[in-house]
Amino acid sequence: MSDNITIQGSPMEQWKPIIKVENLHKSFGSVEVLKGISTTFYEGETVAIIGASGGGKSTFLRCINRLEQPTKGRILFDGADLADRKTDIAKYRQRIGMVFQHFNVFPHLTCIDNITLAPVLEKKIPKERAQKQAEELLARVGLSDKRDEYPTRLSGGQKQRLAIVRALAMEPEVMLFDEPTSALDPEMVKEVLDVIKSLSESGMTTLIVTHEMGFAREVADRLLFIDEGVICEEGSPKQVLDRPQNERTRQFLSKVL
Amino acid sequence: MIDKIMRILNRYGYVYLQGLWGTIWLSVVTITFATVLGTVIALIKMSKIKPAQWVINIYIEIIRGTPMLLQMYFFWLVLPKYMPFEVSDTQSILVALILNASAYIAEVIRAGIQAVDGGQTEAALSLGLSSRNTFFRVVLPQAVKNILPAMGNEFIVMIKETALASTFFIPELMTSYKTVQSATFLPIPALTIAGVIYLVLTFILTRGIGVLERRLRSNER
Repeated sequence: MSDNITIQGSPMEQWKPIIKVENLHKSFGSVEVLKGISTTFYEGETVAIIGASGGGKSTFLRCINRLEQPTKGRILFDGADLADRKTDIAKYRQRIGMVFQHFNVFPHLTCIDNITLAPVLEKKIPKERAQKQAEELLARVGLSDKRDEYPTRLSGGQKQRLAIVRALAMEPEVMLFDEPTSALDPEMVKEVLDVIKSLSESGMTTLIVTHEMGFAREVADRLLFIDEGVICEEGSPKQVLDRPQNERTRQFLSKVL
Repeated sequence: MIDKIMRILNRYGYVYLQGLWGTIWLSVVTITFATVLGTVIALIKMSKIKPAQWVINIYIEIIRGTPMLLQMYFFWLVLPKYMPFEVSDTQSILVALILNASAYIAEVIRAGIQAVDGGQTEAALSLGLSSRNTFFRVVLPQAVKNILPAMGNEFIVMIKETALASTFFIPELMTSYKTVQSATFLPIPALTIAGVIYLVLTFILTRGIGVLERRLRSNER
């Protein structure tokens, strides 16, 4: 795309837009959860999406790969509108990985089969090559010895690391994390955040809905504060967390910090 | 008692064998067709086609809300009368058995599929799997583990319900009992023999399904 822009705070870098969200609305029945969200995500940036429960941040994330069908608005990704029902979303989902709060690893498949399932079925990668790649991914998150185990034998943190590499096996261009540590025991949070952090540092475009403010401050390039279905405030973590401009942001932060 | 049973078996053993064959045949045909039809019905019920859903719901309500014996009488009376071709008693009873079993199997399958955590579907879709692969490679293999035990119960119920076909003198085990007892006037030994054969039949099926279940489960835990 041609409209490269320069973001304040990182003056030397050129940022290329990768996902453009325009006036996104989502209603469940008569309840409007998203009330017109517009923002642009840039290649290689890490964006933390924060806000109170029920404010619409998870719904927003789930609209991006159309796990929720938006009611109105556009989500532009590589020339396609992902919010459009006519768009073949499966094709684009292969390029946008997602990690869930409750891991959702496949209990009927071994760890290695969890990882190779999608690449073999949908990208037609030969099984052997997919397995080799999966072994490398398992090694990267310290799960090599679990290769042939079923996920029921894994701890929560291990399941989530498996879920992350399962998504990475599709070689996505963007990764969505929907409260990836909220269902974890406290002692397992760090091992998962470390994986996400190294992913973010490797240049992966990362959108993460999180309650971990410390992590957001440390890893995110940009923070979005979503409340009552709109983006109330956005900016660098320093701006949003230390000098919030919006009254609702201040109220929220006073409760969580 | 024992010697009476032995005498009956000596003389009328073949009647029971014919009956056993009839029971197995009725059961296998019913289970086979009902599994296929039940799956189709379950899929329609889970689809988003509203009118089809209504029809299916009414059908399931009728089957569940009326006695099996009444349903057999119904088809036994109606089919020969209104079908353009000849329908035998056995065929009418089979139709009743299959339509009855399909309704129950459909509910078992639907419940088994819906019991799979919705997060599994979302995870599969988020990886870019087609809805077909999502269903057949992720949801169904997990649903089978829910479906199988309940299905085993349905099969056993079905085997026992074929006994109602004796009301219409369709060849099967209870009909064999009736034949033997009217020839020998020894109702209790004759009935005991039929009972033992049913028990052996259902016991084998229960064990078979148990083995299958354990094999599926050993995968996971």
